[in-house]
Amino acid sequence: MELDFGPAVRDFRDEVRDWLADHLVGEFAENRGVGGPTDGAAWEVRLAWDRELSAGGWLGIGWPQEYGGRGLGLLEEIVFEYEYARVNAPYRATVNALDLLGPMLLKVGSDAQKKRFLPPILSVEELWGQGFSEPGAGSDLASVRTRAERDGDEWVVSGQKVWTSFGIHADWVYVLTRTDPRSVRHKGLSMLLVPTDQPGVEIRPIRNLAGQDEFAEIFLSDARTGADMVVGDVGQGWRTAMATLGIERGTTLLPQQLAFEREAEALIELARERGALDDPMLRRRIVDAWISVRIMRTTNLRTIAELTAGRTPGAQATTAKLYASTRHQQLGQLATELAGPAGQIVGEDYALDRRQRSFLLALAETIYGGSSEIQRNIIGEQVLGLPKEPRP
Amino acid sequence: MDLTFSEEQDELRKVVRSFLAKHSDEATVRRLAADPTGHDPVVWRRMAGELGLQGLAVPEEYGGSGFGYVDLGIVFEETGRALLGGPYFATVALAAEALLRCGDEQARGDLLPGIASGETVATLALTEDSGRWDEQGIGLTAAHDETRGWRLTGVKTYVPDGHRADLLLVAARTPSGISLLAVETADAPGLTRTPLPTLDQTRKQARIEFTDTPARLLGPEGAVWPALERTLATAAVLLAAEQVGGATAALDAAVAYAKIREQYGRPIGSFQGIKHKCADMLMEIESARSAAYGGLWALDAGDGTEIAMAAALAQAFCSEAFTKVAADNIQVHGGIGFTWEHPAHLYFKRAKSSEVLLGTPSYHRELLAARLGI
Repeated sequence: MELDFGPAVRDFRDEVRDWLADHLVGEFAENRGVGGPTDGAAWEVRLAWDRELSAGGWLGIGWPQEYGGRGLGLLEEIVFEYEYARVNAPYRATVNALDLLGPMLLKVGSDAQKKRFLPPILSVEELWGQGFSEPGAGSDLASVRTRAERDGDEWVVSGQKVWTSFGIHADWVYVLTRTDPRSVRHKGLSMLLVPTDQPGVEIRPIRNLAGQDEFAEIFLSDARTGADMVVGDVGQGWRTAMATLGIERGTTLLPQQLAFEREAEALIELARERGALDDPMLRRRIVDAWISVRIMRTTNLRTIAELTAGRTPGAQATTAKLYASTRHQQLGQLATELAGPAGQIVGEDYALDRRQRSFLLALAETIYGGSSEIQRNIIGEQVLGLPKEPRP
Repeated sequence: MDLTFSEEQDELRKVVRSFLAKHSDEATVRRLAADPTGHDPVVWRRMAGELGLQGLAVPEEYGGSGFGYVDLGIVFEETGRALLGGPYFATVALAAEALLRCGDEQARGDLLPGIASGETVATLALTEDSGRWDEQGIGLTAAHDETRGWRLTGVKTYVPDGHRADLLLVAARTPSGISLLAVETADAPGLTRTPLPTLDQTRKQARIEFTDTPARLLGPEGAVWPALERTLATAAVLLAAEQVGGATAALDAAVAYAKIREQYGRPIGSFQGIKHKCADMLMEIESARSAAYGGLWALDAGDGTEIAMAAALAQAFCSEAFTKVAADNIQVHGGIGFTWEHPAHLYFKRAKSSEVLLGTPSYHRELLAARLGI
């Protein structure tokens, strides 16, 4: 299905199309569709691709020009993401900084922080990792224990962070810390920007269940950063963190879910090759897989249409993640089943093909960014207005 | 892109909702459910006279307002929410649509204005004892001779609101294929109509026997199946919108109850067992809403292949979503939800009857599979 976002952005669309046609070549084209939010495959090529995009001026389309962005609107961002997904370009390696840290700084960062940090994100000179979760603070993020204390004009940070995607590549991390030692839960937290190239920071890769060193744990032992490296006010770190999590994900979900459509099409092809289309049970599941990716698309389009019309997105914007993540897992399970015994064989050093990788990595989708259980709490409490669980 | 609602469409929804809150409240729904005709002519006329609902999507040259399918979908969402009894679905989603598609300009001019004005209650008589909605399910025959014109002989059954309709559009087998014929029921000879008591009392059905019944041929003889297919696709999308509305009402009821009902000293909605069930209900509904809206956009865009796919998708998904949400609503209510007195069962029964009304979800999955080439 071809989407037309209207005459106002048609020239822009053509510009994006032409650029992608000219530049998505060679090893970039060989890695079409490679990578994902938790998939570090072909990292170096994807990093080079991000630099290619940067040189073309395609990173930070909506960011102000003074920080190296294009200063364009949401509609242009959406058009870009849609065209990008259409040609199945590699998943951007720096997506965390582009989608989370950057918008957070734009929202609550100081002028000096914006000037210092935003341009090197867009030029792909500095890579970022997120330091939110801890061994004892997963879904219950407010129980973070990593501490930061002032020492002269510096903060001294100690504690442990975990599940940092692509952490081993990070030059900087943004870390949720407890700056008031007597505080409990949401109060007394601060968001600090910490450079990783120092003795007090040790980053160890964690191997995920797909065999990739994709995420990492970060050990902070008297790590130091400047007093001016607090994002938002001291003690307001929870609000800053929520500002990050609350950033509208409609535009970034679109390409990921268009990739799911490709997987659904590949699934039908696979079923045809394997002669599985005569089995009524399998037919039903194949059709349902196709239905689910179609519904994801329409759900995203509803949200995008509301955003571009200046309306507050409806409830579907909140339920979309729960739906997409659970249905994507079903799709992966079905594809693996259809692949039969050959699909159970991996390459040397546990090298996985695209289907195997997607099948396994989909398991993370119901965990990261708020697990499905947390999503159901959010839907129940914030959308439906059901009472909160009483605190013990 | 026009994939969100305009202020005028929000206003339409508001007006229809407040009209139905008054004229299709629970007492009215129950009164019509208990009444064998299930039809309130006074409300029917007001729907046409005050709001123009029957003619909303009928082109202006036939006495309608010429609105699009997204607008009509809004109305069906609201009639579904209010469990509106009576022949609105049969008249608007089936009969008016069949007239618009059948390729008979004369018939459109003759018959659509009566529907738009609220004078005519109409329906499509397609299914027979097999209950099939496909071409092969049509066995009733129409024969023609020069002096007596077209005559129908055979049986149609499970016809929505067929006992009450002033105008029957009958799908019949004629020498060269499937044809559509109109019977105006007032004083029609050889016509026996028997109301069928329905599990879902909010939507009535009838069995209709034709014995040499005179009828008027609409459109080209033997060549209307594609038009009927398109009609059924349109009706499937509008039914999906209705199902989304019904499911939304069921969830609203579950949530309202979960907030006030206390057990173990706290509202049951504070327990994750209930909260997460309600969250899943909303996820089903919002996904169903996407399925239904996708169908409405396709109808307004007008591409036949897209319409067929979007319609099959919408019926396959929204049918099951409504049934699941309506059953969960009863579960959240516990014992009280299992009583005749509580309205939860009205939604559950409507959900299940809607699931089979235009063919089961399995049937629609097969339609979709065929379009996907699998």
